[in-house]
Amino acid sequence: MSKTPKELKYTKSHEWVRPEKDGTVTVGITDHAQESMGDLVYVELPQKGAKVAAGKECGVVESVKAASDIYAPVSGEIVAANGALADAPETANKDPYGAGWMFSIKPANQGELNALLDAAAYEALVASEKH
Amino acid sequence: MGLKTPLYDAHVKLGARMVDFGGWDMPLHYGSQIEEHHAVRRGSGMFDVSHMNVMDLKGAATRDFLRLLLANDVAKLKTQGKALYTCMLNANGGVVDDLIVYYLDDRWYRIVANAATREQDMAWIQNAAREFGDVKVTQRDDLAMIAVQGPNAKKLVYRALGESLRETAGALKPFHSVSIGELFVAATGYTGEDGFEIVLPATAAPFTWLTLHVAGVRPAGLGARDTVRLEAGMNLYGQDMDENTTPLESGLAWTVAFEPSDRGFIGREALEKQRAAGVPRKLVGLVLEGKGVLRNHQKVFCAAGEGEITSGSFAPTLERSIALARVPVAVEMGSRCDVDLRGRREPARVVQTPFVRNGKSCLARAGDIE
Repeated sequence: MSKTPKELKYTKSHEWVRPEKDGTVTVGITDHAQESMGDLVYVELPQKGAKVAAGKECGVVESVKAASDIYAPVSGEIVAANGALADAPETANKDPYGAGWMFSIKPANQGELNALLDAAAYEALVASEKH
Repeated sequence: MGLKTPLYDAHVKLGARMVDFGGWDMPLHYGSQIEEHHAVRRGSGMFDVSHMNVMDLKGAATRDFLRLLLANDVAKLKTQGKALYTCMLNANGGVVDDLIVYYLDDRWYRIVANAATREQDMAWIQNAAREFGDVKVTQRDDLAMIAVQGPNAKKLVYRALGESLRETAGALKPFHSVSIGELFVAATGYTGEDGFEIVLPATAAPFTWLTLHVAGVRPAGLGARDTVRLEAGMNLYGQDMDENTTPLESGLAWTVAFEPSDRGFIGREALEKQRAAGVPRKLVGLVLEGKGVLRNHQKVFCAAGEGEITSGSFAPTLERSIALARVPVAVEMGSRCDVDLRGRREPARVVQTPFVRNGKSCLARAGDIE
């Protein structure tokens, strides 16, 4: 059973989102996502300063078996990216909600956060995809 | 629900992630396919390959029949237990399947072929055998098969299954096999490592698997099986060759026995025609020098023309991405090409295969790749 922390928000495309005190949001891929992809071997993240649009791809994670796009959960500007993943992509397997974070966005519109899923809704989505 | 091997319950108990493979429920990995890959390269790993199609062909006409059916020549098999890798072709020279044939005695040969092509193979062989008189083909669904591979594989097989195997199986040269009671042990594999492939009664498979595990052999899934075989430069049927490609354009010319010239195997005429006209394409190795991971069906752009990746993945031993690709025959070893990776062109180098043999990179041989 994969973990779905209650305090986070989620997307249908399996990213997690954590609103921070400074108004930015931290983004990564969920435990379910890393588990279904298997061992990650390559991560490509958006550059600091890049503008991203909600629902549009802004990065790639590749496991041994497949490639998968990462989608921006909200629109805004990239304020940080986790450079450590370039050399150690497996960190996103081992600690998807901690050291395996991918990037932070300064949202253009805080309202977009309300459109994201809560933990219960995300768990329901994962359960429905399994059938 | 797919077909299940005798080891299905063992895989589930070990927490394997099960996937469909050619209609079979098979383990993809038991947690980490990269760690399983390293186990095969550095220690030992075992694969459940019971889904593969073991067929016994018996009867006085079997040898003559196989000399017609297979592109390699079973007449090369002169000692009991000797094995031969070969393709089975259609009349156009396309590959119906690739397989290993073992010579057990003058009236008995054993074929181990792919799982995904089980039905087609059986129909194809039955149909060809019809005119041949005394050949009886039996699918051995009563058997299971476990491949134990890696530098420590043989040692752990003796520890698990009996030191007496050291005398018999331990003496086997590569591509030889021995029958010990109901156990059939072959010094073959699909990994580029030392090891055995063990065929045994299905009923004995779960206990044998457990015994090997307890002895220290790590269970490895289809994910690791694919990356070790790709590093070893071995083709996968359905990806690197199929009914529309010949062995000559699949890096398998060495498996076609054109001599003696009067052996009229199925597909011979088409291959001779292709050889005379000039084989247009070949299978080469690629090592990615740019960023990303090479994947099946990506386009390859070479100075000599375009090609396509037939198998691409991340190579855990090399910590970079490699691929097999079908390219125009004029493409030179050591040359550079570009690969279209998700809309972006990245440089790759054309190399000889294998990429890895006996745990070590072969890339140094290819020149200036560090």
